[in-house]
Amino acid sequence: MKHFTKLVRPYIIWAVVIILLPLLLIVLYSVTTGGNDLVNIQFTLDNFRRMTEPVYLAVFAKSFRLGLTAVGICLFAGYILAYFITFFSERTQSLLILLVTIPMWINTLLRTYAWICLLSDNGAVNTLLQMLGFQPVTMMYTDFAVLIGLVSDLLPFMVLPIHTSLCKIDHSLHEAAMDLGANKVQTFWRVTFKLSLPGVLNGIIMTFLLSISTFVIPKLLGGGQYMLIGNLIENQFISVGDWNFGSAISVILAFIILLAITGMKQFDQEEGEEE
Amino acid sequence: MSNVLIELKSLTKNFEDQQVLKGIDLNIHENEFVTLLGPSGCGKTTTLRIIAGFEEPSGGEVLFDGVDISKVPPYKREINTVFQKYALFPFLNVYENVAFGLKIKKMDKSLIDHKVKKTLKLVGLEGFDKRDVTRLSGGQQQRVAIARALVNEPKVLLLDEPLGALDAKLRKEMQGELKKIQKEVGITFIFVTHDQEEALSMSDTVVVMHEGIIQQVGTPEDIYNEPENRFVASFIGESNIIEACMLKDMLVSFDGYEFKCVDKGFKENECVEVVIRPEDIDIVRPKEAQIKGTVKSIVFKGVHHEIVVETEHRDYTIHTTDYYEPGLKVGLTFGPDDIHVMYRMDWE
Repeated sequence: MKHFTKLVRPYIIWAVVIILLPLLLIVLYSVTTGGNDLVNIQFTLDNFRRMTEPVYLAVFAKSFRLGLTAVGICLFAGYILAYFITFFSERTQSLLILLVTIPMWINTLLRTYAWICLLSDNGAVNTLLQMLGFQPVTMMYTDFAVLIGLVSDLLPFMVLPIHTSLCKIDHSLHEAAMDLGANKVQTFWRVTFKLSLPGVLNGIIMTFLLSISTFVIPKLLGGGQYMLIGNLIENQFISVGDWNFGSAISVILAFIILLAITGMKQFDQEEGEEE
Repeated sequence: MSNVLIELKSLTKNFEDQQVLKGIDLNIHENEFVTLLGPSGCGKTTTLRIIAGFEEPSGGEVLFDGVDISKVPPYKREINTVFQKYALFPFLNVYENVAFGLKIKKMDKSLIDHKVKKTLKLVGLEGFDKRDVTRLSGGQQQRVAIARALVNEPKVLLLDEPLGALDAKLRKEMQGELKKIQKEVGITFIFVTHDQEEALSMSDTVVVMHEGIIQQVGTPEDIYNEPENRFVASFIGESNIIEACMLKDMLVSFDGYEFKCVDKGFKENECVEVVIRPEDIDIVRPKEAQIKGTVKSIVFKGVHHEIVVETEHRDYTIHTTDYYEPGLKVGLTFGPDDIHVMYRMDWE
C-alpha cells in the first residue's frame, strides 16, 4: 500500500493551487485596502466594519430567511417524495430517482429561464388562469418566484441523501417495531424517521449551502433590485469592482456556513448519544 | 397436554406463482416448546411470519385462543418475535431497546423500570442498561432481543433461527438457556431452525417440514426413533434407508434375507422402506451374521468412528467406538427393534 500513497501528490498540488491558494487570497483581500500592489500591502478591518451597516445586515437577514424557507419546503416535500419512492420495487426506484435528478442535467440558467416563461405576467400560468376566468397574478420578481426557483433547483439535493438513508434501513427493524406494538405512525416516528436523520441532516446542509450562496436564481426571478448575499458578492466583484469588500462578505458567509455545519453535526452526535 | 393456544387450519401461502405452504394443519399448546424443523425453503419461516402477522395467509385460518387472527396486524397480537438477526434498534441502548414495547403501551415509568430490570436479569444482562447495542457481542445481542420480546409478557414467543449466527459453543449454551427461560416464564415458544440437533435437544414437540408440507409432528424421541417417512429419517440424524418388502406382521425382507421386526399393520408383501440407525448396527465376525461385507472406509468423528461397509446390495453406515481396518471382511447384525419400517413415499 505504501507506494500508492505517492499517487495522492498530484492531487495535493492541484488542491493547493485551485482551492487553498484562492481561499487564502480571498482572506488576504478581505483584510487589506484597495489598490495595493505586491510590495505595498495595507491591512485594514474596514471591510468587515462595513458589513455592520444596516443595509448589508438586511441583505444577510433576507438571505437567511429565504434560504431557510427554501430548505424547509425542500425538507417537507423532499422527505415525502423520498419516502414514497422507497415503496416501489428496486427497478422502479432507480427510475424514479433518475427522474428526480434529470433536471440537474440541464443548466440552472436554462431551467430558471423556463420558470420565467411560466411565471411572467403573460406566461403560461397566467394565460391558464385567464382562460379559467381568474385575474392574472404577478408572480415574477417576488419572493414567491425566487422560492419556486430555489426549491425546484435544490429538491434533488434533499431527496437523494434522504432516499439513500431510507433505503439503508433494515426492514426487519420496522417489523420489530410493529411486533412490539407500534402501529404504522409510531413505527415511522420512532424508527424510520430516527434512522433517516443522517440523510435529513446531509440534505439540509447541502440545500442550505447552495441556497445561501446562489445568485443566478434571485437575479433572474427576483429582478435587479433583489439582493441576496450571493448577488451582493457578485456585484462587488463584477459591477462595483471592490474586491476587498466582496472578499470580506465571502469570508463572513463561509464562516457562518462553517458554524452552521458544525452545529448540525454536533446536534447529530448528541442525538445519537442521547437516544 | 394443556389447552390448544394456536391452531393452524389448512394454511396455504403463495408468493407470486410459487406455493410455499401447501396446507398446514397444526395445533400448538399452552406452555409448549415447539420447533419447526426443515431445510431452507421448506416454509418454516413463512409459517412463523404468518403467526407473527408479517404475512397474510393465502388460504386457511390462524386461530389464537379460538379466534381467527389472520387479518389482525402484528401490533395487536399477543405474540412477540426474536428476529434472525436480532433487529435491535441501533439508536437505542440496551435498556431503551427492552423498554420500547412498554413505552409504546404508555406504561407507567416506574413499572417499565421494574419490568425491564427484571427481564434483563432473567436473560443474564444485569447492569448492561446503558450499553450501546451495536457494541455487544452476538450472544449478548441475542439476549437483548429475547428480553425485548419477553418484557411484553406475550402468550407466545416466536424465535426465527435465533442461534444461527452464534458459534458452536455459545449456541449450545444458549440452547440450554432458552429452555430454562421458557420453563421460567411458562409461555409457548415456537422455534424455527434447520439444525436437527438443536430441535431434538430443546423441544417438547418437533414439527418436521419439507416443501410446504408437514412431514411429521411428534416428540423428539418419536421423530428420531419412529420417522414416518424417508425424508424425516434422512433429515434427522444419519440413517441407513433400505427398500424392503413387508412379508407379514413383524417380518420384513431385504438384501435377500428375512428379518424379524416389531412393526405391524402393513399389508402382506407391501413395499416399504426400512430405517436402521448407524449406531444400532453391530459389527461382528462374518460367520456370525447374515449380511457380510468389507470395510470400505473409516472416519474418526470424535466420539465414534463412522464406518462404511460395502455389501452385495448396498453400503451401510455404522457408528462404533471400535476401530476396523479398511479391507477387513465383517458381518453386520441388528436386533428386531433396531429395524423401523416406514411407508414408502414417492420421492423425486
